[in-house]
Amino acid sequence: MLYRENGQFKVSYRADQQIFPILQDRIGIGVLLLLAFVAIPLFGSEYLMRAVLIPFLILSLAALGLNVLVGYCGQISLGTGAFMAVGAYAAYNFHVRIDGMPLVLSLLLGGVFATIVGVLFGIPSLRIKGLYLAVATLAAQFFVDWAFLRIKWFTNNSSSGSVGVGGLQAFGLPIETPVQKYLFCLVFVVIFGIIAKNLVRGHIGREWMAIRDMDVAAAVIGIRPVYAKLTAFAVSSFIVGVAGALWGFVHLSSWEAAAFNIDRSFQLLFMVIIGGLGSIMGSFFGAAFIVMVPLVLDNLPAWFGVPIDTALASHLTFMIFGSLIVFFLIVEPHGLARLWSIGKEKLRLWPFPH
Amino acid sequence: MAFFLEALFGGLMAGMLYSLIALGFVLIFKASGVFNFAQGAMVLFAALAMARFSQWIPGWTGLESKWLVNVLAFALAILVMIALAWVVERFVLGKLVNQEGITLLMATLGIAYFLDGFGQTVFGSDIYKIDVGMPKEPTFVLENLFQGGILISKEDLYAAVVAAVLVALLSLFFQKTSTGRALRAVADDHQAAQSIGIPLKRIWVIVWSVAGFVALVAGVIWGSKVGVQFSLSLIALKALPVVILGGLTSVPGAIIGGLIIGVGEKLSEIYIGPHFGGGIEIWFAYVLALGFLLVRPQGLFGEKIIDRV
Repeated sequence: MLYRENGQFKVSYRADQQIFPILQDRIGIGVLLLLAFVAIPLFGSEYLMRAVLIPFLILSLAALGLNVLVGYCGQISLGTGAFMAVGAYAAYNFHVRIDGMPLVLSLLLGGVFATIVGVLFGIPSLRIKGLYLAVATLAAQFFVDWAFLRIKWFTNNSSSGSVGVGGLQAFGLPIETPVQKYLFCLVFVVIFGIIAKNLVRGHIGREWMAIRDMDVAAAVIGIRPVYAKLTAFAVSSFIVGVAGALWGFVHLSSWEAAAFNIDRSFQLLFMVIIGGLGSIMGSFFGAAFIVMVPLVLDNLPAWFGVPIDTALASHLTFMIFGSLIVFFLIVEPHGLARLWSIGKEKLRLWPFPH
Repeated sequence: MAFFLEALFGGLMAGMLYSLIALGFVLIFKASGVFNFAQGAMVLFAALAMARFSQWIPGWTGLESKWLVNVLAFALAILVMIALAWVVERFVLGKLVNQEGITLLMATLGIAYFLDGFGQTVFGSDIYKIDVGMPKEPTFVLENLFQGGILISKEDLYAAVVAAVLVALLSLFFQKTSTGRALRAVADDHQAAQSIGIPLKRIWVIVWSVAGFVALVAGVIWGSKVGVQFSLSLIALKALPVVILGGLTSVPGAIIGGLIIGVGEKLSEIYIGPHFGGGIEIWFAYVLALGFLLVRPQGLFGEKIIDRV
C-alpha cells in the first residue's frame, strides 16, 4: 500500500537512470544513512561498535569487492584474503616509512598495490576457467601468506612478525574511539558502495556480466575478455585492498599475516554467496549474516543459562555454521538479496493478491 | 647423488600420499561434478573414527588381539563413512541437483565445517594415535651402489604400496564392474544416464562411499604417520594443486600429479628454498600447478574443455 510506484513518472533521462527510481526507496536509503551517520554514533554502545558494526562495515566492503569479481564477472577467487593482506601491508609500509603520510592516502595506496597484485594473479584467468581458476587463485593466497610471514622487509623487520599502528588521524581529526573508527569506516563504505553501484550498471559492468554469462559469446560480440577480466580483477582487488587496510589499521590496529589467511577468503566467499552473487545489496546482507551468526552462537548458551564448555561450544559453532550454510544454499541458492527482492515484489502488490 | 636420490624417493612417497587424497576429489568430481572441498574434513573424520574405535573396541568387547581390533575398527569406520555418504546425498546433494558448480562447492565447504565440528564433538579433539603396525624404523637401500646407501622410511614405503594397490583396485572397479560403468556413465551425462535407468541417487551414495573409503585409507596412513589431529583436515589443501595439475576428471592424473607435486615440493624445498628463507613448499605446489595450467588449462590428463556458444 505504501510501497508502489504509481504516479511516479520519469520525464527525463536523468530520472530514468537514477540508482533508486522509486521514491520510497530513496526515502528508505535516506533514513538508513541518517540512522547510520547520526543515530548509531549517538546511541550505540561501545561494544556494538567494536564487535559488530566495524567488522561488519569493513567485511561488507571486502565482500563488495569480491562480489565485483565473482558475482559480476564470474571469476571465482579463493585468494581474497591475500589481496586484503597486500592492501594492509602496503598501507602499513607507506604509513611507517614515509613521514607525515596522510592516513587516507596510505590506505588508498594500499588499494593500489592490491590492484597490481590482483591483476598479476588475474592474468591466468585469461586461460584458466571455472574451478581450475578457483584453485589457481589459492596460489596467490599461499604465496602472499608466506611472503608476509617470511620476508622481514614487509613487516618493517619487526621481530615478532606482527605489525601495529597507533595514533591514527585523518584530516586533523583523531580516529581513536570506536565511534570515530565507525564513522571513518562508514564514510569509506558509502563512497565505495556508490562507486561500485555505478560501475556495475555502467558499460563496464555490462561487459563483466556478459563475460560471466558466457565468455565466448561475449568475445564474439566484441567485448575484449582481456580488458573485461583484468578490469574486474583490478576494481575488485582495489576495493578488497582498501578493506584489508581498514581491517588492519582500524579494526585490529596490530596484526600478523594470519589475520588474512585462507579462512578469511572462505569467509568472504560465504558472504558473497549467502548474500547473493551479482548484487551490491547482497554483499551487505551476507556480511551482516556471517558477522552476526558466530556472535549469536557464542552468546546463545549464556542467554539460555546453559553452561557449555568452551571447546564443545566452538565445535558446536562449527557444526551449526556449516549446517546453516548448507541450509541457506538449499533454501535460496541465489542468496539473501533474492529474498529481499521477492519481499519488495510482494510489498508492491500488498495487500491485494494480484 | 645419493642425497638427491634420497630426496627424490622422499618426494615420491609423499606424492603417493597426496595422490590418495587427490583420488577422493577426482572420484567425486567425475561422478557428480561436485568439487568436494570436504575431502580433507572427511579424511580427518574417518581417521578420528578409526582411532577412537580402535581405542573403544577392547573396552566394549574385551578383545585382546590388536589385529582383530584394528580390523573391526576399520570396518566400523567404513560403515560410518557409508552412513555419511548417505546423509550427504539425502540432505545436501539431493536437494541441490542442477545448481551451479560454485553453489555445490560452497555446500561442500559447509559440509567440511560441519564435519570438523561434528567429528571433534563425537570423537574428541585431542591428538590420537592409530597403530596398525606400520614399521617406524628407516631402512637403507642400494648400499652397494652408494656409500652408506639411501635412507628410506619403511613406513612411507608401505604407505606407497597401499596407495598403489588402492589405485589399481579402483581402476579395476571403474573399468570392469557394472557399477563402475554406471559411475562413468553418470560422470559423462547425468540426464542420459538417468534416462537409461541408472539410479542417480544410488550412484552418488556409492561414489561418496568410495571417496569416504579412500579418505579412510588416507586418514589411517597419515594418522599413523603424524597422529590424528585437526591439522589432518588441512592436508587436503595440499592435494588441491595435485588435482588441478593432473586434471579434475582423471584418475591417472591424480597419481601422476601427486608424484610431480611430491617430488617438486621436496626438491624445491631443498635446492631453492634456502635462497628464499625456507618454507616455500606451502606455495610451491600451487605455483607449479599454476604454471602447468597456463600451458594446459585442463590439467595434464583432463578432458579438453571445448567452448561452444
